[in-house]
Amino acid sequence: MQSESVIVPDHTWLAEVGKSSGENASDCYQCLKCSSGCPVTFAMDYLPHQIIHMIRMGLKDEVLKSSSIWLCTSCETCTTRCPNNIDIAKIMDAMRMTSIKSGLKVGEKRVPIFHNTFLSSIKSKGKVYELGMIGKYTLKSGDAVSKLKSGSLFDEAKLGWQMFKKGKLKLFPKKIKGRKEIKRLFKKTGEEA
Amino acid sequence: MKVSYYPGCSLHSTALEYDESTQEVCQILDIDLNELNDWNCCGASSAHSTDEILAIELPLRNLVTAEEAGMDLVVPCAACFQRLKVAEKHIIEEKEPAIETSYQGKVPVKHLLDFFSEEENLKVIKEKVKKPLSGLKAVCYYGCLIVRPPEITDAIDHENPQAMDELLTLLGAETYPWSYKTDCCGGGLLLSRTDIIIQLSGKLLQMAEESGANCIVTACPVCQVNLDTRQAEISKNLGKEVHFPVFYFTELLGLALGSEEVGQWLERHIADPSDLLKSKNLL
Ligand code: SF4
Ligand code: SF4
Repeated sequence: MQSESVIVPDHTWLAEVGKSSGENASDCYQCLKCSSGCPVTFAMDYLPHQIIHMIRMGLKDEVLKSSSIWLCTSCETCTTRCPNNIDIAKIMDAMRMTSIKSGLKVGEKRVPIFHNTFLSSIKSKGKVYELGMIGKYTLKSGDAVSKLKSGSLFDEAKLGWQMFKKGKLKLFPKKIKGRKEIKRLFKKTGEEA
Repeated sequence: MKVSYYPGCSLHSTALEYDESTQEVCQILDIDLNELNDWNCCGASSAHSTDEILAIELPLRNLVTAEEAGMDLVVPCAACFQRLKVAEKHIIEEKEPAIETSYQGKVPVKHLLDFFSEEENLKVIKEKVKKPLSGLKAVCYYGCLIVRPPEITDAIDHENPQAMDELLTLLGAETYPWSYKTDCCGGGLLLSRTDIIIQLSGKLLQMAEESGANCIVTACPVCQVNLDTRQAEISKNLGKEVHFPVFYFTELLGLALGSEEVGQWLERHIADPSDLLKSKNLL
């Protein structure tokens, strides 16, 4: 950020995040412990402690469009180590949900497409059907094209075939009996995956 | 002993050998595993990244079934275990948002590793060891979700867990100290950001090698798959050949208990561990 740019802090969003996550970002004293232990900082655009600070500053769009909120693997290291008991991983969850609802451009589109494909498998079958999910994800995410170009699609297909031969990817999905119940749960939560 | 068993989706697909070895070991130990009736997926990180109620309701349906069955619930997958514990604590501790359920938290939810590490089970295991695992130098890799966050998992030493080290030592293997016991392998980014998996799992494999160990032992289907199946790409990325056996702890348990089925489990690995075992006269 350039030194001459001025951020006028806006705390209204902080209160909203407090409600959606149940966590109080203003307890943070920027000790950086969360970011020091985070495994994916090398790939993130903002580090976890910066996300927390940006929430306090009211930098809503920047947080919601960041790649960080999607690259977080939910490893819970930050949550476990924060000296102020801030559940940072839970804030990351809340940011992902808010980001999708906001309609803003997503900072890392493949991850939410993955989640969406994963959940739609559960919604229709009650379980994850790996082979179907991988196929659907590869098409929806555009990975089929980019991986074809980079040549990695061939490696992926080879690995997939190996796993299939070893009995690790099933050709047909298994479905649970209580599928209606599962559908009801999805309806209840309004999650139309 | 009778327990309920929640295998989770991975154990019926990409982690088939984890399921097979668990079933076999329990049979040898006279533990009666009862697969939970009509169980559903726990939702994993996709549910908790998308909807906080769904993230509780999906595992909760399984907890209700387990409570009806009335036996302790044993869970081999670290991710499922943590999601079930999150739902358990959500209801017992009456967290917001409130969710209506008959569930009262009467049956304990246990990760498979902790279950085998209970005193009475360790005693039986010790008596039944037929083939001590001498020559195996293992680093124990616990990963994230068996231990974190400790308020949810009830882990005793979440920065330096010991259960797997103690179990493997009991089986006659040597366990090596390393600082990566609970570091992240990249988890569920496997399909969406394979490059991150290659980085994180590559680091773990390198550090394991550097520690002087000859294998990594895991207790999570996500960790094992990330470490075992991506070694070709990791080798390309590092510019050197990486070939490192990555076991499920139950496979080594089966091996030490004299199971005849070990070969069949190991055939399912991508990084073939049989040379290592043959060189130590264990196969
Ligand atoms: S560990 Fe906690 S207090 Fe320290 S910077 Fe991160 S959020 Fe703030
Ligand atoms: S939970 Fe997310 S933000 Fe926290 S340490 Fe893990 S990857 Fe980083």
